[in-house]
Amino acid sequence: MNFLMLLATLLGILVVIRLMNVVQLASVLSGEDEEEEQKRHNTMNGIGMILFMVLGLGLMVYMTFKYMPFMLPEAASAHGVETDFLLNINFLVIGIVFFITQIALFWFVYKYQHDKKRFALFYPENHKLELIWTVVPTIVLSALIVTGLREWNKMTQGHPKDGMVVQVYGYQFNWIARYAGADNQLGRSFYKLITDDNPLGIDFSDPAAKDDIITKANEMHLPKGVPVQFQFNSRDVIHSAYFPHFRTQMNCVPGMNTAFYMEPTITTAEMRGITKKEKFDYVLLCNKICGVAHYNMKMKVVVDEPADFKAWLQGEKPAVPASGPSKVANTASANAETNSL
Amino acid sequence: MEVKDTTHSGHDVDHGHDDHHHEHHQTFLTKYVFSTDHKMISKQFLVTAIVMAFLAMGMSMIFRLQLAWPDQTFPFLENIIGKWGKDGKLDPGFYLALVTIHGTIMVFMVLTGGLSGTFSNLLIPLQVGARDMASGFLNMLSFWFFAASSLVMFGSLFIEAGPASGGWTVYPPLSALPQAIPGSGLGMTLWLVSMVLFIVSALLGGINYIATVINLRTKGMAMTRLPLTIWAFLITAILGVLSFPVLVAAALLLVFDRSMGTSFYLSDIFIGGVPLDHTGGSPVLYQHLFWFLGHPEVYIVLLPALGLASEVISTMSRKPIFGYKAMIASMLVIAFLSFIVWGHHMFVTGMNPFLGSVFVFTTLLVAIPSAVKVFNYIATVWRANIVMTPAMLFAIGLVSFFISGGLTGIILGDSALDINLHDTYFVVAHFHIVMGSSAIFGMFAGVYHWFPRMYGRMMNKTLGYVHFWLTIICVYAVFFPMHFIGLAGVPRRYYANTAYEGFDQLININELISVFALLAGVAQVIFAINFFYSMFKGKIAPQNPWKSNTLEWTAPVEHLHGNWPGEIPTVHRWPYDYSKPGAKEDYIPQTVPHSATPESNRPGDF
Repeated sequence: MNFLMLLATLLGILVVIRLMNVVQLASVLSGEDEEEEQKRHNTMNGIGMILFMVLGLGLMVYMTFKYMPFMLPEAASAHGVETDFLLNINFLVIGIVFFITQIALFWFVYKYQHDKKRFALFYPENHKLELIWTVVPTIVLSALIVTGLREWNKMTQGHPKDGMVVQVYGYQFNWIARYAGADNQLGRSFYKLITDDNPLGIDFSDPAAKDDIITKANEMHLPKGVPVQFQFNSRDVIHSAYFPHFRTQMNCVPGMNTAFYMEPTITTAEMRGITKKEKFDYVLLCNKICGVAHYNMKMKVVVDEPADFKAWLQGEKPAVPASGPSKVANTASANAETNSL
Repeated sequence: MEVKDTTHSGHDVDHGHDDHHHEHHQTFLTKYVFSTDHKMISKQFLVTAIVMAFLAMGMSMIFRLQLAWPDQTFPFLENIIGKWGKDGKLDPGFYLALVTIHGTIMVFMVLTGGLSGTFSNLLIPLQVGARDMASGFLNMLSFWFFAASSLVMFGSLFIEAGPASGGWTVYPPLSALPQAIPGSGLGMTLWLVSMVLFIVSALLGGINYIATVINLRTKGMAMTRLPLTIWAFLITAILGVLSFPVLVAAALLLVFDRSMGTSFYLSDIFIGGVPLDHTGGSPVLYQHLFWFLGHPEVYIVLLPALGLASEVISTMSRKPIFGYKAMIASMLVIAFLSFIVWGHHMFVTGMNPFLGSVFVFTTLLVAIPSAVKVFNYIATVWRANIVMTPAMLFAIGLVSFFISGGLTGIILGDSALDINLHDTYFVVAHFHIVMGSSAIFGMFAGVYHWFPRMYGRMMNKTLGYVHFWLTIICVYAVFFPMHFIGLAGVPRRYYANTAYEGFDQLININELISVFALLAGVAQVIFAINFFYSMFKGKIAPQNPWKSNTLEWTAPVEHLHGNWPGEIPTVHRWPYDYSKPGAKEDYIPQTVPHSATPESNRPGDF
């Protein structure tokens, strides 16, 4: 098998070398001089340029429409609707520039082929032209910067401070979500408190932890129309909590709290109607390389009507076991403020 | 060095028998191995880079097989990668190793060492009119550190636990803890050793390039008469000298964390069932340090390619480059901005959103000088007189990629849009087009254009055309559809995209990509055959095959240590006097004084 592959490769190389010799010989035999040969090459490559441009741009447009149905469905979060709009504006702007510049480039290369009877235009500079194509991109980019930053500031700072607090906790290779409960405050946690029964290392002596609720299975729920204040943490390496359908992503960094604010606007049931897929589900994916099973680190996300969400939350696990506080090793909890809210 | 002695020009003028010029007899070892001649060193860099590029490309072909046909087995894999391809199935851990080493080799060994090492070495002395680099010895060291670095990286493929596999950016804690991933053991140590050797090589090279351009220009070669290639190499070298040391710092702190128990990047970690003692460090610090090099690195890769393309496009268009000064200015602006945009790789690290907005601002500013460069290239081919050599085609391809990939950068630089696209295939598409493909096309343009100067022979044109057309079609067919995969929300570095059921509809796109990726590999074999065959059997090159203005084409075809027999030519004009109205021919070399061309002189020429 190996020997055959080697033989085939060698034969292939020999064939190419023979072809090279034949082509070289043919051009010598035909008496074609170098200039004529280059002229023929110019014509053929010029035609190639035009064909490539037309077919290439055509295929790009065709593929864009063909694959449109496979792209992410409409954004399921309040800010996502706005960023999608912004994305489309950006695509429009860069699309226009893309078509103009690519067509000009390939068209000029085709059109101005070499002719030994003439000179090219000696045109080393034109300050007015250069000024125009410095200033116009500056204006367009300023507009894009301003609109982009306005959206960025709005989604990162311009939101109410009283969203429902949810912690998303990543570890190799799974996710846990913790809900802050009635007091909307997460109990302190510390990585040295982590045990099999206490995967988040929660300090059971902290009163704020008493009403915290942890997801039982690999599934988290969010209420529709309720702003959520996410807090992200990791126990081992960097993970990234990526909610593609909500257009949100934030890294989970060990030893650090990161945060993101978001408001889901479409329930899972509604989205199934929109996408016409009965099995559609939102998903939370890990999007920062985190180890061998990185590609399998995911969690199902369900958006419910607020009433259904409450009912679901009742069925999940309390963060502090019934007999909880007595089990805590108090020496460790003294250090617990490191990772508190 | 004796070769600097330019005064004994009297008896050198006839160079019909040039053996009298260089007294010292070279052995095989001093000529081909431990050479201090910049032309030989440039060839050493090029051949090493080609070998490494084939290695890295082969890796990408293996993981493309997995991504397109996740359910199939490929029994021949076991022959190539042994236990990592048991029963013809690629191991998920080794998939990550392949991705990591593919990226590292391509970015550093091929597009940094290979591109700058080859063409800065070849062209700086020849185009500025110097006998050799400022220090031939440091130059030789630069290559041998590069070779050692490549060997260590290659060697890391053969160790028990496998090579580094935390992605080419090797973020800690993943890269610091062998418990987290097998590749973070000895493999990661070798990766760090290889990188430090590489940086030594890059610094030795860079200092030499800067010194040579600044000090060893020939008579009349003012900075404003330098070809754009030299400007690009100079700016690239400055970028490297300023940013690579920061990567050494980042790597060194990582070494401390890995083996000496420090906590620069580590804090509050519970792994393998036990809490670690590390406390107080920040993994984000590493990212700041890494990207402080990492972003200038993008331009270390891209600027030389743009420089080569400027020269090739102008020469083969038989037309001066449009806006010579604007081209220099935009390279300087890009270089300056490249130091203050690194944060756009880190919008989702939890960095303060206000800091994020500063980086959005600086990042999108880069688009302005980039746009100017593109418009200037297009203005150069407008009403030109284009000779379509393979080098010219590759240079045009570079401009096309620079546009396609640069434009998507505007989206990724916008933090509000980046949070949804960060680390998806959209990013993979973006940087492979704008950095990878542009730079490699610049490198190909350089190889086809300056091959006669390197080996004194011509490459086969027909094969060059076949190589170009196959490659440009494959590159677009591979990387353009990745935008769609990214917009569908698929993260990069996933061993299988079928893990989420929404993604399995995309398998057709993945098959398409992989078929073209394999075809692209075949196209590169055509290049390799052409390259090595022409080296020995190509047509003998004439003195100035492209009728070019620059100095390197005035040096004799057969190589001399010292480049020119007799005196170094004096420079009288800028390098872009192509198709000057009134001139007898459509080019006037830099060595021709204005007094010899009264018919074509223009006001302002003096």
